[in-house]
Amino acid sequence: MIFGAGILKGMLVTLRSFVNSYFKKPDQGGLFTVEYPEKRLVAKERFRNFPFLVYDEKPEDPRCVACDICAKECPPKCITIVRDADAEGRPLKKPALFDIDLSVCMNCGICEEACPFDAIFMDHEFEIAGTERHQSLLYHKEDLLKSNGYFRQIRPSDAALIDARRKEAEDKKKAALKPAAPPEKKE
Amino acid sequence: MKNKTDTPLTEDFDTQTLQINVGPQHPATHGVFRMDLTLDGETVVRLKPVMGYLHRNHEQIAENMTYAASMPYTDRLDYFNSMSNNFGYALAVEKLAGIEVPERADYIRVILAELTRIVNHISVIGFLLNDLGAFFTPLTYAFREREKILDLFEEIAGSRMMCNYFRFGGVKRDLPPGLLERIRTMMDVFPRFLDEFEALLTDNDILCLRCQNVGVLGRELALNAGLSGPMLRASGLGYDIRKVDRYSIYGRFDFKVPVGSKGDVYDRYYVRVLEMRESLKILDQALRQIPSSGDIISRKAAPFLKAPRNFKPPVGEAYGRVESPKGELGFYVVSDGSPQPWRYHVRAPSLINLTVLEDLCIGHKLADAMVILGSIDIVLGEVDH
Ligand code: SF4
Ligand code: SF4
Repeated sequence: MIFGAGILKGMLVTLRSFVNSYFKKPDQGGLFTVEYPEKRLVAKERFRNFPFLVYDEKPEDPRCVACDICAKECPPKCITIVRDADAEGRPLKKPALFDIDLSVCMNCGICEEACPFDAIFMDHEFEIAGTERHQSLLYHKEDLLKSNGYFRQIRPSDAALIDARRKEAEDKKKAALKPAAPPEKKE
Repeated sequence: MKNKTDTPLTEDFDTQTLQINVGPQHPATHGVFRMDLTLDGETVVRLKPVMGYLHRNHEQIAENMTYAASMPYTDRLDYFNSMSNNFGYALAVEKLAGIEVPERADYIRVILAELTRIVNHISVIGFLLNDLGAFFTPLTYAFREREKILDLFEEIAGSRMMCNYFRFGGVKRDLPPGLLERIRTMMDVFPRFLDEFEALLTDNDILCLRCQNVGVLGRELALNAGLSGPMLRASGLGYDIRKVDRYSIYGRFDFKVPVGSKGDVYDRYYVRVLEMRESLKILDQALRQIPSSGDIISRKAAPFLKAPRNFKPPVGEAYGRVESPKGELGFYVVSDGSPQPWRYHVRAPSLINLTVLEDLCIGHKLADAMVILGSIDIVLGEVDH
């Protein structure tokens, strides 16, 4: 082979790629990058980044019952939960404090898997950069709470499944409660 | 004057060897790795690898948490191949606890492991060419293809590189609808890309000149040093755990184990190209055989998804190994019946393959040392774990 043939051949491949990148479809060798801040790719439904908490009606009543399971299962232990209490000091079924240190969170999704109350899910939000690394990445309950509507919007098929499951459970509970009600009245 | 023509030039001068450090922040070392080199002129006479900059205490961390909680940490060992790392760890724990994997889950696992192999080999070749001086053009082509597979991973597991997708007894979730067809589309395009890539490289005179007879690894040394993976196979030893152990369902597929003849950098490059083609064959068969529905996690292990703390394997020990794209990746777990492993150990192929670096580099030029390092294919996350 003549010396330099390799270079020529290489240049040809490069030229072909260059031309293809403008005239072919993305999966056939065409351009498939987007110019990020102006254009964005649609996030895949299962894309997971950082967790958030869901509430059904109002942010004051999150689904979370402060059972602490997610905090125990989280591998790097970045969740801190303090259970709320009423005026007499009896524990309530909701968190007074729910902090996630996003600088420690490793986006594993185990909290979502472990939560028995469907209260914590992985978000699609990824633009969380700040200029300070201790406070701005420590997310409190207020920052983490998002509505179920938002969850439906980012992960429609997962939300449909979970909503259906929750509704079924609620119906069962109601059905179980009704026959139990009359004996209470007698007493 | 007369003296100079009689004797070689260097004998006139009092020459000294030169000791230099390459790394830890050097782009050619593929991460935070340092080579302590002694050079005579341009020739390497001594090389000491210095590692540990990325040490993260992986084994101790795993011994202090539940079995399932280590799964996301294994992603971070060899961050190019999180799926095969998951695979190895899942196999070890399944052996320990005696869990069977349902058929469909097995197929999903194999498909993902082979896709990972393609991702790894394509990027390694890209980086190898970077080391050779073919800056970024081949690497971008390689990354373009890698991107397509990573997009599939994102759709399946939720994350491009830190997949955390395997669970003991199966996988985390079923594949999203239509995904197998997308893999099929990717596979139809990929061979064409591979042909183009090979046209650019395999017979290229510059590549041949730089790679052939460089860093020759003899069979003897390869065996004695305990190497595995493409490194070993390039030296002519056809040892592949997929064939030897037939773990998971690899026994059902028809594929060859490509071997090299000389064991030089070129062979290591070419074995990887051939392996990608074999992976495509396995993928093709797996896509045809995969059952269209079925369990994706075994009944015995499913309850532990929600409650990892209740997962307590019986007292005993197990060693699970897979043919990761880099070599034999093994996980050794010892259980004392508690929710945490009593001992957890990783046999990291990158670390063991790296041990022959000095033998390969001595006598070669400094520029070749980079190429040899590139052809060993290390990931520092795994070397230092
Ligand atoms: S998010 Fe779920 S697991 Fe975590 S404390 Fe709340 S209810 Fe429990
Ligand atoms: S995603 Fe993982 S690391 Fe992050 S809070 Fe949840 S369990 Fe913890």
